[in-house]
Amino acid sequence: MDRFVFLTVDGLSRGAVYAAFALALVLIWRGTRIINFAQGVMAVVTAYLAYSISNATGSYWVGFIVALASGLVLGAVVELAVMRRVEHAPPLNAVIVALGLVLFGQGVLGMIYGNQYRPAEAPFSRVAMTVAGVPVVSRYDLFVFGAVLVLMLAVAALFTRTATGLRMRAAAFEPMVSRLLGVNVARTLTLGWALAGLVGALAGLLVLPTGLGLHPTAMDLVFVSAFTAAVVGGLDSPAGAVVGGLVVGLVLSYVGGYVDSAATPLAVLGLLVAVLLVRPGGLFSGTTARRV
Amino acid sequence: MRNLGIAAVSAALLLALTYLLDPFRDYQLATAAAYLCAAAGLTVLIGVNGQLSLGHGALMAFGAYPVALVQNELADRGVSAQWTLAVSVLAGVAAATALGAVVGVAAARLHGPYLAGLTLVVAVAVPSLATLFGGVLHGDQGLSVYLLPPPAALGPDFPFERWQAWLALAAAVLTMLLLANLMRSRFGRTLRAVRDDEVAARLAGIPVARTRVLAFVVSAACAGLSGAMFAILAQSVSPSAFALTLSLNLLLAVVVGGLGSLAGAVWGSLLLVLLPWLVDTFTADLTLSPDLRQRLAGNLPLAIFGLLLVVVMIAAPGGVQGLLKGVLKHVPQVLAPAVRGRRRSAGGLDDRLQR
Amino acid sequence: MSALLEVTGLTAGYHGVPVLHEVDLTVRAGTICAVLGANGAGKTTLLRTLSGLVRPAAGRIVLDGAELRDLPVHELVRRGVAHVPEGRGVIAELTVDENLRLGGLWRGGGRALRQAVDQMYELFGPLAQRRGYPGHLLSGGERQLLALGRALVGRPRLLLLDEPSLGLAPRLVAQIMALLRQLRDDTGLAVLLVEQNVRSALSVADQAVVMSLGRVVTAAPAAQVADDAALRHAYLGF
Ligand SMILES: Nc1ncnc2c1ncn2[C@@H]1O[C@H](COP(=O)(O)OP(=O)(O)O)[C@@H](O)[C@H]1O
Ligand SMILES: [Mg+2]
Repeated sequence: MDRFVFLTVDGLSRGAVYAAFALALVLIWRGTRIINFAQGVMAVVTAYLAYSISNATGSYWVGFIVALASGLVLGAVVELAVMRRVEHAPPLNAVIVALGLVLFGQGVLGMIYGNQYRPAEAPFSRVAMTVAGVPVVSRYDLFVFGAVLVLMLAVAALFTRTATGLRMRAAAFEPMVSRLLGVNVARTLTLGWALAGLVGALAGLLVLPTGLGLHPTAMDLVFVSAFTAAVVGGLDSPAGAVVGGLVVGLVLSYVGGYVDSAATPLAVLGLLVAVLLVRPGGLFSGTTARRV
Repeated sequence: MRNLGIAAVSAALLLALTYLLDPFRDYQLATAAAYLCAAAGLTVLIGVNGQLSLGHGALMAFGAYPVALVQNELADRGVSAQWTLAVSVLAGVAAATALGAVVGVAAARLHGPYLAGLTLVVAVAVPSLATLFGGVLHGDQGLSVYLLPPPAALGPDFPFERWQAWLALAAAVLTMLLLANLMRSRFGRTLRAVRDDEVAARLAGIPVARTRVLAFVVSAACAGLSGAMFAILAQSVSPSAFALTLSLNLLLAVVVGGLGSLAGAVWGSLLLVLLPWLVDTFTADLTLSPDLRQRLAGNLPLAIFGLLLVVVMIAAPGGVQGLLKGVLKHVPQVLAPAVRGRRRSAGGLDDRLQR
Repeated sequence: MSALLEVTGLTAGYHGVPVLHEVDLTVRAGTICAVLGANGAGKTTLLRTLSGLVRPAAGRIVLDGAELRDLPVHELVRRGVAHVPEGRGVIAELTVDENLRLGGLWRGGGRALRQAVDQMYELFGPLAQRRGYPGHLLSGGERQLLALGRALVGRPRLLLLDEPSLGLAPRLVAQIMALLRQLRDDTGLAVLLVEQNVRSALSVADQAVVMSLGRVVTAAPAAQVADDAALRHAYLGF
């Protein structure tokens, strides 16, 4: 029973991070119909930056803030410099270009930092606090939940309460009509990528201290988990991404805890295949068929 | 059959070439040949059939591990002869083909980023099998591959690298021959029809899903052969040799060479071998700290590969072969028949990506 | 009164194949100009070219003395041009209120926008009861009102309307035409009205342009076109 509680909390905590990362994928998908396969490496770049800044300043939080800001900038730069040129090409091209960015980013990081694992620092204790003798949740887990919750609320508020959010939603659904109504659609896409860059950066900062460590390829498994989460949630729906993230987090935690930690990547694969074969529109799709 | 002639001539030339090269160059040639098996198969899948796979590194692992397992098992039982290599390689091809069939069936209805995502997960998940079945596969450490020295008939001083080159070149020539014929066959046309317009293909009575699965199976068999060759070249197998980066490198070879063109796969495979070597040679001339040199060693080629992939895809989606085609368009009319021949043999040189 | 919109020698099409051939057109402020013609005559293409969605190969589009042809689409509303596209273009995933706000967002949000949107609710009573409904739950007529209202929230000087009557009940069509007339008279709005419904278009229009195969074959006062039996038979099918 203790173990179940532990695994559940751990799964939810991981799931919260996957949810945030999946949200980053959904933000870009909705605007551009592109899955940003470079999202993982972009997050790693910002995490290394946080590492360097934190080491230089001695403050975790300075690095944290700089990483978030650089995620925002990186997202915009990637869109403006690269992805813009393939937005109207066949979908294969965008996938390949994003993968090119993966190799490029991993190569550059390797050149600067080398390929050894570096510890990723956690700002709070990861030791679970006990409630009535049962270890339940660590301070770091609480920090993760809080950070993701704040992020989700902020993104939701941006989309539903602000003019910018209205423009972004309109441009994502009906780019042509939006342009006729005076929306600079190209700018909303850049903004979407920037926002996704920030969200991805946060997810990276939160997940790397949980046993992954810093390495140019550290986010590969996180990426595929978050991709699966986004597909489970339906790719188009930010709320679906959240639920999908939690589902994937729990599944991975239980499989890792009760079966074998080496089996978690296979569990991701199984989950993805199952969803794609049984409910390709995601768990929350209506009756409308989706071409996948 | 024209392709057979070309294959025989290239095999003879390559055979001669291996005698001219020193062992290190022979080994490079062997590596390029091993890459070519997988890259050519991937070309058929991506360029000709329009299915993107990021999981070919995993299929290669399925081709490689059986070679180690069968070779070592037979050696342990005292069966030690050159022919066992054929059995091991076939076992590898069979294993990769089986995995390819499974992935192909799962992927048959998927398109675009969904297909890319699924195969990406395959690429990331498969290496974890080595840890999961650590008792047999020895986890991250991997297995060594028991190999006999080259046959005595080749002479006492025959370098092992040349023997490896022969094996890999034989595999590559065989793959190219089969795939070239396949692309010119009815099945090749079917593959292209499915790529160009699935609905139209379905209306024309083509079983779309089956065609896509078959394309995956063919391509997986090639990847399996490639993986088996890598096991023979490295004389060992480990999960890190078949990580996601390998799949992405193959993608690079296919894209930079020119999607849909077997000749392009040759350029791409050569690039995969030559670029890291060129970078090493270049950095060796610079006075660098050992630490920096080590960091540059694997990573600078990786960064260049990534940059190439992005630049080629944006600026010249036809790849090397597409550029050659463009150049050849402007040569005088005298050469025109040769150009036409080249185009035909290049098969469905891909306009899809320029569309 | 001088022309608000002055189009000369406009040639445009898709993928290098011209659909419009040297179209000339003048619309004065405070008038309604009907664009008539058979299916495929190029009416929609004309509107799309005017609003920048299709780039012209040649010709000039001058609004109040300023050349428009090289402006990005999203700049056009800032010059006072509103385009209600064929098929209406209500954003199905957004609510009625959000759709309306979007129409005036380029002027800035805040109180002024709220007032402009509330004005539309007064003008279009049926929409007021549907504020929170997503676009896809609206009826065809409600969608047309919404698309029209959304364009008007931005207080345009020139309204480009592409077949507003398509699929609507005659009573609603009459209401819309009456509204256009009222806006023209009260606010000096200029309207370029593309219609298949020739009779109702001619009933409100001051001027009429008849197109065929991408060319303007007649430009004349609406009454004159309505009276020209030969022209009607040849190009308008009645
Ligand atoms: N997106 C497009 N691409 C290519 N041709 C088009 C496109 N839209 C319209 N056309 C062609 O342009 C011509 C005029 O069409 P359109 O402007 O829609 O006419 P109308 O609105 O008068 O019915 C037709 O021949 C049509 O086939
Ligand atoms: Mg029309």
